[in-house]
Amino acid sequence: MRAIKKNRYLYLLALPGILYFVIFKYFPMWGIVLSFQNYSPYTGLWGSEWVGLDHFRRFFSNPDFWLLFRNTMAINLLNLTFFFPLPIVLSLMLNELRSEMYKRVLQSILYLPHFLSWVIIFSLTFLMFSQSEGIVNKLLIAWGMEPYPFLTDAGIFWGMLTGQSIWKEAGWGTILFLAAIAGVDLQQYEAAKIDGAGRFQQMWHITLPAIRSVIVILFILRLGDIMEVGFEQVFLMYNGAVSNVAEVFDTYVYRVGIQQGQFSYSTAAGLFKSLVGLVMVVAANRLAKRFGEEGIY
Amino acid sequence: MKGSVGDRTFQAVNGLLLALIALVTIFPIYYVVVVSFTAPSEYLRKDLVLFPEQWSLESYRYLLSSAAFPRALGVSAFLAVVGTACSLVITSSLAYALSRKRMEGRRFILLMILFTILFSPGIIPNYILIRELHLLNSLWAVILVSLTTGWFVILMKGFFDSIPESLDEAAAIDGCNDISTFFRIVLPLSMPAIAAFGLFFAVSYWNQYFNAMLYLNAPDKWPIQVLLQNMLVDASGSALASETMRQPPPSETLKMAAVVIAIVPIMLVYPFLQKHFAKGAMVGSVKG
Repeated sequence: MRAIKKNRYLYLLALPGILYFVIFKYFPMWGIVLSFQNYSPYTGLWGSEWVGLDHFRRFFSNPDFWLLFRNTMAINLLNLTFFFPLPIVLSLMLNELRSEMYKRVLQSILYLPHFLSWVIIFSLTFLMFSQSEGIVNKLLIAWGMEPYPFLTDAGIFWGMLTGQSIWKEAGWGTILFLAAIAGVDLQQYEAAKIDGAGRFQQMWHITLPAIRSVIVILFILRLGDIMEVGFEQVFLMYNGAVSNVAEVFDTYVYRVGIQQGQFSYSTAAGLFKSLVGLVMVVAANRLAKRFGEEGIY
Repeated sequence: MKGSVGDRTFQAVNGLLLALIALVTIFPIYYVVVVSFTAPSEYLRKDLVLFPEQWSLESYRYLLSSAAFPRALGVSAFLAVVGTACSLVITSSLAYALSRKRMEGRRFILLMILFTILFSPGIIPNYILIRELHLLNSLWAVILVSLTTGWFVILMKGFFDSIPESLDEAAAIDGCNDISTFFRIVLPLSMPAIAAFGLFFAVSYWNQYFNAMLYLNAPDKWPIQVLLQNMLVDASGSALASETMRQPPPSETLKMAAVVIAIVPIMLVYPFLQKHFAKGAMVGSVKG
């Protein structure tokens, strides 16, 4: 108590921030109870009827559940397969450049999309690929081909998302790898050269091992986020023609909860996703730490 | 020294491939900029514009003379300026207090903050909270829900950790309490870091889409990102509903001009962003 009194101004300084976390981060956690109720805005949290696990049962037996699950997994697995290796390849390529100037110019260009909002990314996608206005279709027509409905073809929707992620983030993703590569002792390359190792052998035997632990840790952390799909990205790309492949947990909660007013049911759906996400993230962090320690020894 | 034929070929191919990748990255932005400055008549006449014969500001003039577009820019600027100021004050004061070892209970508070990073109750409970606070349709809702996150507090605390406690002891002898020490001595000392955080907050407020869409129903409250999204999907152009009597330019050039305007502020701060965040991301990686 005395310590608190002595440092009261310090606590006063922290107070607004603590209150913020209590009100805006912890108070909503209490809202979780509404997934066990039949919440109605008129009766509020206190007066609503308790229904136990009904909403969860309804959600798991709903065919929508498997759809959401499949879409989430598909989008993330595509990302892991096609997006994840690219920053590694890109940073290896950038690392081989002789001219610092050229490298810096390229980096400036490649990092830029990271700072653009998803609305901008969506806008650019639309202006490139839409059937009526997109330049890609204009080119196809100019070359005597049929225009293609890139944005409304459910068959390529996931691919379009992966492409967007690559365009936006692959460049920025190189930062961590380039930092790890910068830590490699240049003498190792000299020694390898004397031993007659070529470019690719140097890359394979020196550069890649140097960033292996970063790769492993990022990969594990990425696995921990397997329940997360960028809400804004998917939500913006969503349209009636692709709804079957585009609905993921967050968009579903938004549509069913906010737009249709089924607060309790959608809270249950959101809670399921958050809980699984929490378990995955914690497990991934554990695993990453174990690998991190191995990396040290 | 500069190596064999194979080596030089490798260099050339690698450099070329990277140039190609950079081209793919920059092309959509180039295209949008170029078309936004193309005279409407030329755009309508040609099938494909890759470089305009006749430059024109018509699309920009039309956008900026509408009521909705400048208003949305104003809303976004408000969010970016006021939001950033609030975010900085609340994040830095909490982070600083948590960085002082004499603050009892700080481990517990940090743990509670860490937990909010790992677990979020989801969209609906947040929405209900904002509704109960009667903040629906208020710009404050957007600011309040994104005021700070556990990440920012922990990152900034990491920065304040490097400021020795002997500094506040010295200040205390000079008659400063913790609050005046923080605002008069610690903050001015930390300006470069605070500015970097501020830049990041400002960009994230400018880029806000989801929260604004969720909490703001009235079109006159829309920030630029929400308006832009509505302009894009809405072929009739009614999102702008310009009162000017002018013949509107083609909707495509308008959309492109709108995209360019929304990108400009990011481009203006980009050199600083790149400098700070390339560094920041590396610090994070070493620590994490």
